[in-house]
Amino acid sequence: MDQLLNWFTQHQDMIYIVILMIFVGIEIIGRVPSVLHTPLMSGANAIHGVVIIGAIIVMGNADTTDITALILGFLAVILGTLNVVGGFVVTDRMLEMFNKKK
Amino acid sequence: MNLMESLLLLIYLIASITFILGLKMLSNPKTARNGNLIAAAGMALAIIGTIAFYTDSSGEHLGNHLWILGGLAIGGIVGTMSAKKVKMTDMPQMVSLFNGMGGACAALISIIEFKHLVHDFQPELYAGGGYTYFSTLDGVSLLVIMAGLIIGSVSFTGSMIAWAKLDGRLNDFAFSGQHIVNILLLLVTVGLTTMIIFLRPEETIEFFYAALVLSAVYGILFVLPIGGADMPVVISLLNSFTGIAAACGGFLYDNTAMLTGGILVGAAGTLLTILMCNAMNRSLLNVLIGSFGVSAQSGQSTGVQGAHKEMSISDVAVLMSYSSKVVIVPGYGLAVAQAQHVCHELEKLLTEKGVEVTYAIHPVAGRMPGHMNVLLAEADVPYEKLKEMEEINDEFPSVDAVLVLGANDVVNPAAKTDPSSPIYGMPILEVESAKHVIVNKRSMKPGYAGIENELFFRPKTSMLFGDSKKVLQDLIAEIKNL
Repeated sequence: MDQLLNWFTQHQDMIYIVILMIFVGIEIIGRVPSVLHTPLMSGANAIHGVVIIGAIIVMGNADTTDITALILGFLAVILGTLNVVGGFVVTDRMLEMFNKKK
Repeated sequence: MNLMESLLLLIYLIASITFILGLKMLSNPKTARNGNLIAAAGMALAIIGTIAFYTDSSGEHLGNHLWILGGLAIGGIVGTMSAKKVKMTDMPQMVSLFNGMGGACAALISIIEFKHLVHDFQPELYAGGGYTYFSTLDGVSLLVIMAGLIIGSVSFTGSMIAWAKLDGRLNDFAFSGQHIVNILLLLVTVGLTTMIIFLRPEETIEFFYAALVLSAVYGILFVLPIGGADMPVVISLLNSFTGIAAACGGFLYDNTAMLTGGILVGAAGTLLTILMCNAMNRSLLNVLIGSFGVSAQSGQSTGVQGAHKEMSISDVAVLMSYSSKVVIVPGYGLAVAQAQHVCHELEKLLTEKGVEVTYAIHPVAGRMPGHMNVLLAEADVPYEKLKEMEEINDEFPSVDAVLVLGANDVVNPAAKTDPSSPIYGMPILEVESAKHVIVNKRSMKPGYAGIENELFFRPKTSMLFGDSKKVLQDLIAEIKNL
């Protein structure tokens, strides 16, 4: 239990971020017209690609003699980038069609 | 704290703001495109900042720059190419695929970090304790690693199955007692996680890999039986799963950008999922246990049979030209036939003749929420012409003709009348209250949910068989000849 309490004290600010972001996320989605559900889902999909930062940190910290870590990290960077870049480009393509009509 | 660290914190703050701002702008048609670009810019900034300024607790900079840049280049090129090349109809699969990549990325991070933990574990530092993770502060970190691993791999395999199914590479598959197996899988995974935390670390590596395999299997079994109208719910749910997996990484590295982005998507995605479940009269728990595919199969046997009548193209042309109000109901058939441009042409032609034409958009028509909106927007259909379900349902009694283009389940009256139907309770477009209903389909085959549609046998309904694009082209030619 002590560890858990300790952890809470140490990560207090992060826990606040979690709580606040939950409300922000709900507020944002709550007002979206259904027209934009697909682009929004796709845009959100690209944003969670932020996991790439973790992949970069893992890759950058990997011991150069540890082949498994290098390969797994490299794979993680590629997959994360696919998520980010692919996600944003697909979303942009969808939204391009909305903008054209004006 | 040195300059670089503060600079990186500032960059993460800016990135977090762009994520929130981007998502907010994405929810308004006017600002959506810029919102996406802003979030993308924030992401690029965060990536560059991490490579340039990140230092670990001992002040060391990141190494392996070539590996990182190489990975970014490969992922960037492949991602851009595949996103540029994909057809509008295949967009949902693509989103699912990219989502799976993110999940896999989160799971890989957890695997590597777990190996680090085991490798660096020094029992002598924790004298007096039982030499387990739980006796150290790492215990909670380990919990976060496990959460990232489990959620990430469920999201990965689940998204892959969703992709394969939407792409038509895989059929629905269910066996009896499947949800019991699913629950057992979950319980065993939770049990393994508990053991990993309470046992000596060098004993738990096998358990760790077992948890990895089990959650991957769970992801597969979870999505396999789900079909038809429920796919949008699954993609949205897996999307929020990946968000939470990314947030686990945020805790692990004390990284605010990952935490903000991940939780934001997790919360927004979960709410969107619940909204979609409500629209289809299902509980989220029901979706999580993954049992509704089974009930969809039992509904299959009670098919409605009867005579349907067909209508010729010229009759339809006459009917539509002399109507004062026509509503078009687009569905997946329209998307498959790539008939959105022809459809817009028909709408313009009828409008020139003084017919009032609108589109009725069911929230889950197609394979994703808003799928039809994207498709019609591609064909330059004005935004004002698209009516949402609630709005148009009140108007149907004054409508002369409804043209259903490759939609099925979203106009199936069984959703209102037949309690045994798997789609019972789902709100539908009440096309029946219009004076005439013309249904264009390729054949009498049931829709994606695998259930018969009574609507096709109603006296007001006429069938118009054929590929949407071909039928619409013929219809346009016919109307021009009138």
